[in-house]
Amino acid sequence: MLQEESDLSLIIAQIVQKLKGSNLYSQLERQAWASLQRPEIKLESLKEDIKEFFKISGWEKKLQNAVYGELSVFPLPSHPAAPPEHLKEPLVYMRKAQGSWEKRILKSLNSMCTELSIPLARKRPVGEQKELLNKWNEMGTDEPDLSLFRPVYAPKDFLEVLINLRNPNYENGDSLSFRTHLGLIQIPLKVKDIPELKECFVELGLNTGQLGIDDSTQVPPELFENEHVRIGQKVLAEQDSAAAQQYIRQGSPTALRAELWALILNISSEPEDVLYYEQLKTNVIQHDLLVDSLIYKDVKLTASNDDYYFVFEDYLYQVLLCFSRDTSVLSHFAYNSASPPKSYIRGKLGLEEYAVFYPPNGVIPFHGFSMYVAPLCFLYHEPSKLYQIFREMYVRFFFRLHSISSHPSGIVSLCLLFETLLQTYLPQLFYHLREIGAQPLRISFKWMVRAFSGYLATDQLLLLWDRILGYNSLEILAVLAAAVFAFRAVNLMEVTSLAAAEVMRNNRRIIIWCGIPVYTLLKLE
Amino acid sequence: MRSGHSCSVGPGPAPAAWRGTGGLESAALPSPAQPPPPPPPADPQPGREMVVEPPPPPLQAPPTLSVMWPPRLWSRRGAGQSPSVPGPRPAGQRQLVGAAWGRHSGETGRGRTFIAKDSLLFGVCLEPNKWNQNYKGHGLSKGKERKIIGPEQTFIALSCREQRAPIRFKTTQLNTLMDVLRHRPGWVEVKDEGEWDFYWCDLSWLRENSDHTYMDEHVRISHFRNHYELTRKNYMVKNLKRFRKQLEREAGKLEAAKCDFFPKTFELPSEYHLFVEEFRKNPGITWIMKPVARSQGKGIFLFRRLKDIMDWRKDTRNSDDQKDDITVENYVAQRYIENPYLIGGRKFDLRVYVLVMSYIPLRAWLYRDGFARFSNTRFTLNSIDDQYVHLTNVAVQKTSPDYHPKKGSKWMLQRFRQYLASKHGPQAVETLFRDMDNIFIKSLQSVQKVIISDKHCFELYGYDILIDQDLKPWLLEVNASPSLTASSQEDYELKTCLLEDTLHVVDMEARLTGREKRVGGFDLMWNDGPVSREDGPPDLSGMGNFVTNTHLGCVNDRKKQLRQLFCSLQVQKKASS
Repeated sequence: MLQEESDLSLIIAQIVQKLKGSNLYSQLERQAWASLQRPEIKLESLKEDIKEFFKISGWEKKLQNAVYGELSVFPLPSHPAAPPEHLKEPLVYMRKAQGSWEKRILKSLNSMCTELSIPLARKRPVGEQKELLNKWNEMGTDEPDLSLFRPVYAPKDFLEVLINLRNPNYENGDSLSFRTHLGLIQIPLKVKDIPELKECFVELGLNTGQLGIDDSTQVPPELFENEHVRIGQKVLAEQDSAAAQQYIRQGSPTALRAELWALILNISSEPEDVLYYEQLKTNVIQHDLLVDSLIYKDVKLTASNDDYYFVFEDYLYQVLLCFSRDTSVLSHFAYNSASPPKSYIRGKLGLEEYAVFYPPNGVIPFHGFSMYVAPLCFLYHEPSKLYQIFREMYVRFFFRLHSISSHPSGIVSLCLLFETLLQTYLPQLFYHLREIGAQPLRISFKWMVRAFSGYLATDQLLLLWDRILGYNSLEILAVLAAAVFAFRAVNLMEVTSLAAAEVMRNNRRIIIWCGIPVYTLLKLE
Repeated sequence: MRSGHSCSVGPGPAPAAWRGTGGLESAALPSPAQPPPPPPPADPQPGREMVVEPPPPPLQAPPTLSVMWPPRLWSRRGAGQSPSVPGPRPAGQRQLVGAAWGRHSGETGRGRTFIAKDSLLFGVCLEPNKWNQNYKGHGLSKGKERKIIGPEQTFIALSCREQRAPIRFKTTQLNTLMDVLRHRPGWVEVKDEGEWDFYWCDLSWLRENSDHTYMDEHVRISHFRNHYELTRKNYMVKNLKRFRKQLEREAGKLEAAKCDFFPKTFELPSEYHLFVEEFRKNPGITWIMKPVARSQGKGIFLFRRLKDIMDWRKDTRNSDDQKDDITVENYVAQRYIENPYLIGGRKFDLRVYVLVMSYIPLRAWLYRDGFARFSNTRFTLNSIDDQYVHLTNVAVQKTSPDYHPKKGSKWMLQRFRQYLASKHGPQAVETLFRDMDNIFIKSLQSVQKVIISDKHCFELYGYDILIDQDLKPWLLEVNASPSLTASSQEDYELKTCLLEDTLHVVDMEARLTGREKRVGGFDLMWNDGPVSREDGPPDLSGMGNFVTNTHLGCVNDRKKQLRQLFCSLQVQKKASS
């Protein structure tokens, strides 16, 4: 009891600390001062009156949403004496693995620099700046020669690292038992089993209406849809992000999605935010970074070739280039097991006072990175808003998909959850694929790393991301991946090689809808 | 091909007996063993239908395909059950059916079984990933194709259609159309001067032959004789202008305003003076000049000053001097839509398919799928010389310097609709698509009285629609022979499905009752009057709750629908016999 109370007060203290520096805080303060002019505010009951005023004017809701947002981002409270790296990742071997992975990435980046003799960063000459500014809205028409550049790493390189992860304190033993994990991931981490998943994703059960599934419940889908839209509008009118989060678990109506997501992510496009975006844009125009070429290459390789997203090529450059310059992203490293890479001003190697983070946001893009942004282009058409949504999605969710950690939403746990589900509930299939050398994880890994972006039709994908936001967890990705295998089990039992299995799944239409996990979950049990 | 056609060697008289005679009448010559090739829809020959008995329930292989399929087999067929059950085979045709069935479905379990079912029943038998091999070089007979439709299968299809004569088709197009026609069970290709029942002709053939070709009752061709009334830009505009006037006279200004979906257009040189007058009235706007008879974006340019057009006139005159025999080419000058709706900064237009089965009475079907074609470069009015920006024609795009064939430049209509819905809400999208329906109907009505109605003819039109920033659709033009060449896997699927459904509606096999409101991806949009989405008699009273039967850009679950449709047709047939 005492422990809980002190935990709570710790959380409160943390959040208060965090919000004090925010824009909202100063706005609230200004509002409070301004309210003193109002007749209903009396000196004798000042505190109560101001509280009342906040409630009526909607500022309380905003504060609530901000607190709620902090809660969903912030990790569980740790002991006050725990060092900050525990906040990043409590397990030492994970931290070490992440550290050496980062070193490898940096080395690769550096060697590319030396090979091509291109600086990490340079100031653009004025002429070039002007040119870039002119074609800001059509960067996709530019076709620089990027044949020498290659993505720093691809999901499959990352998978190799995860496969080689071992816990030094854990003796696997040679004797096989029915508990032996036959998958690629060989670390003992606690992952949810089906009863726990069912409890967690209770709204995805068969008895609850779902948007995007036409044969769900007894209620005719149209009736459900109309009712659902009506509730959605109510939620939006209330501007309550917690309610929105609960609501979106059943899927969001297409027309309301953009607003609902913005509400959940607590993004309001204030003039300051637009200004901030413009500042980032100026930074892009002034300086040329090596990562720009990587971003360029990535967009060309992925989104520009995608039947769905090619239209948004220009948006992707704008958002990703600005993202690379955004130092506010750095703050997410407080709870990310990764650390931003450092670079030193020429000639001052190793001197801490000359160290800068590189790229400025600390995130090195990999092959497929732009696919995190692409689906959002369907929802947001204002570049600054699109940018904010993406940044928030990244610092809440996507970073976990390419850093090594023991977090339940981290990629390691997702892989393990996926393999465990398959091994436990579809043992024949799992064994068959393993025997022919097509470990299921080798197929599904890139789906999960990209959060299925590019592997599902957009409408399906957005329904899936609805659930990620709704449950504030990425575990649904692993469940969906397993469900796809279950759904295709009959065909998969017949394939005889990894290549054959790969070909089957590359077609995005094979994965039909996001409702599969619901059914599979229930069927398997 | 060879194998595909040799299939007519089956039981019954040798094909030579009725194919070789060659005369015009021969097609209608009845023979004792075979009903005449034009299957008279009024006479389903119930006695014949029972020649092949419905299978006893334990029999796994469905012996009949298009006529006698017992519906419950659909639901019973699980993934693991291979229909080619070894064991005593029933004699005759049924055995062959079983064998063919087994070959298809035995291969790869569930997914393929599905394909096989559909292929035999509805004539779809295309390997999903074959578009790029397929659509190149049709002149050669390919081993793979032969494997798919072997002689037995065609025979089966024939035998199942009550031993009807095959439907002899002819076409000059070597693209998706050829794939679809060749894979249709019971259809055989005719080359050169052979007799045909179905001719997907090209426009030049039509020009030369339509006036002096006698056609039997059952014969169908793919164009109306004077389709150009709708599909040539100047005629289209002329007809629309006239129709608008007529509406204004008969139904008032409000109704006439519904025809305002084409930009102001003048025919040059005949309306040159009217054009100059209009031009002077609105200085500063941009005009687009299009040759009336050319397609694929050839010869199009934009201008803002009258001087440009003067120069152009001089140029064309000069070239005319050189080639004396060429008459002045007709152009239309059209007000350029300067505020097109942009997605990702790019301009696009929509391609929608409308199938007209007859003009008197007007019966038109609207296909659910279509696509948005994106311009590769970004839209700006500053550089009007850069025609790549403005033209979304794939043909022009292909000549653009940075055209990248691997890059998609099309969005399926569903995707487009979804995008708009998430941006503007479902209501706005609904209105936009209603407005588009209006364009289709009004444009067809405008030529209804001009087009020579002929029950042999049907036509698949490709409508080009541009949307502006106020979400108002504009009709750019109507194509009589929309491209049927596939540019990608997705495109290939769209076009093959479109053509298959077109053939279902044309219904050479005489399977439909004529009362269908939906066949595959086609929805009946107009049947001598608007068609209501709800069943029952059309509610013409208040027009308040009237919902038209169009589903453009909606989910196209054509396979499911076709299955249900043909099953219920069989049940009806059986019941009536």
